[in-house]
Amino acid sequence: MSTAEAAPPMIRASAVNKHFGDLHVLKDINIEVPRGQVVIVLGPSGSGKSTLCRAINRLEPIDSGEIAIDGKPLPAEGKALAALRADVGMVFQQFNLFAHKTILDNVTLGPVKVRKQSQADARKTAMELLERVGIANQAAKYPAQLSGGQQQRAAIARALAMKPKVMLFDEPTSALDPEMVQEVLDTMIGLADEGMTMVVVSHEMGFARRAAHRVLFMSDGEIVEDADPDEFFTAPKSERAKDFLSKILTH
Amino acid sequence: MNVIIENFPLYVDGLLRTLQICAYGFVGSLVLGTILGAFRVSPVAPLRWVGTAWVTVFRNCPLTIVLFFCAFGLPEVGINGLYFWFGVTGLVLYTSAFVCEAVRSGINSVSPGQAEAARAVGLNFGQSLSSVIMPQAVRTVIPPLGSVIIAMIKNSAIVGAFGVGGDLFAVGQGLASAQGKAALPVLTGVALGYLVITIPGGLLLGILERKVAIAR
Ligand SMILES: Nc1ncnc2c1ncn2[C@@H]1O[C@H](COP(=O)(O)OP(=O)(O)OP(=O)(O)O)[C@@H](O)[C@H]1O
Ligand SMILES: [Mg+2]
Repeated sequence: MSTAEAAPPMIRASAVNKHFGDLHVLKDINIEVPRGQVVIVLGPSGSGKSTLCRAINRLEPIDSGEIAIDGKPLPAEGKALAALRADVGMVFQQFNLFAHKTILDNVTLGPVKVRKQSQADARKTAMELLERVGIANQAAKYPAQLSGGQQQRAAIARALAMKPKVMLFDEPTSALDPEMVQEVLDTMIGLADEGMTMVVVSHEMGFARRAAHRVLFMSDGEIVEDADPDEFFTAPKSERAKDFLSKILTH
Repeated sequence: MNVIIENFPLYVDGLLRTLQICAYGFVGSLVLGTILGAFRVSPVAPLRWVGTAWVTVFRNCPLTIVLFFCAFGLPEVGINGLYFWFGVTGLVLYTSAFVCEAVRSGINSVSPGQAEAARAVGLNFGQSLSSVIMPQAVRTVIPPLGSVIIAMIKNSAIVGAFGVGGDLFAVGQGLASAQGKAALPVLTGVALGYLVITIPGGLLLGILERKVAIAR
């Protein structure tokens, strides 16, 4: 049986470069993320982690190279891109829930508008998802009425409602009060255990040790290390990674 | 003040005519201005250029000049019709530029994270504009839009003066110059006529503003 080997990687970035003016933020990035893998992206501030995440669903255009999701190269702006984006769920540091819509409507908007599901079907799925992330009782409220942790779980439900192939998380717990971090991490661990392909920018060591299959360490726009989590945390190879780890582990 | 009472039906006709001009002007400039506002933030560069050019031209030209071009320019290129429609067209062209800017500033007041989340969910530009951005922009658009609309109502006097005729301003003109009535009382009547439109309009806007403020 060679179907697993024949399947394309879920995410493939080849020779990706990106500049902001003179600043070279992504330098010749080459990665392949197989289906079901959970990748943690680490690195100092400004190293390009967010930009990489955003490039993967083309919220940020790249200058050169190619990014493919499940074997399909990301098209330029337009209909095809919107469709492909729907396959990639994204969770933001600031949640970015639609402020004028209830939690339930936040979750159903994409399925109804993009997947053309009926309101009734979308609501049913949305309630199941909200149940799963533990905030079904908040469905009728507006985002501003929820705690940060609840908002972030709603944002995860909103992304999952599109039945994405990949989930991207850009520092999903950085804007949360410490007591709410775990509830969001638990939700993410649940997803990882179910086999979701995930790219997670996070400095949460607990999550990395518990759920990650792989660590990418970025510095100055380059992937400096691409390693097994245990290996990376116990014996980082590069000076830059050692330096970085010594800083975050003392915090 | 007898002149107002004696010519009351004339004033009422003028008021209705002004209301008519304003109603067409309101609907036309709201629709056109919103489309242009969307152009100005569109990912398609030529649409942005059209929006910018429109605003630059019509916001910086005196209304009288715009009306002049409509009344004398449109027939030149083979478009004929009633002066009334030329007047309304000029008013819409002019006012839409201001509506466009109010809409654009409203769109810009919505945090960029909202548009990003909408795109990340897979909505296209039109969908994110109509389902996510515009509903949130309305709150900030209404106060400046109110000023634009009140200015438009007052500007309708210029449309009247331009020969559309029959509106409040033209009624005043007729009474004062053609019939030789004392100008001050006649114009007091005209002013009252405008206030009858603009003051309730302003109150309505206030109510609307409070309504969208709570709807959250
Ligand atoms: N829109 C932009 N315009 C110009 N420069 C940008 C833009 N976005 C990011 N940058 C710059 O690109 C570099 C990489 O940014 P990025 O946000 O990807 O870093 P990061 O690794 O996510 O950092 P952090 O840990 O602080 O979130 C930074 O130097 C940043 O200042
Ligand atoms: Mg970042």
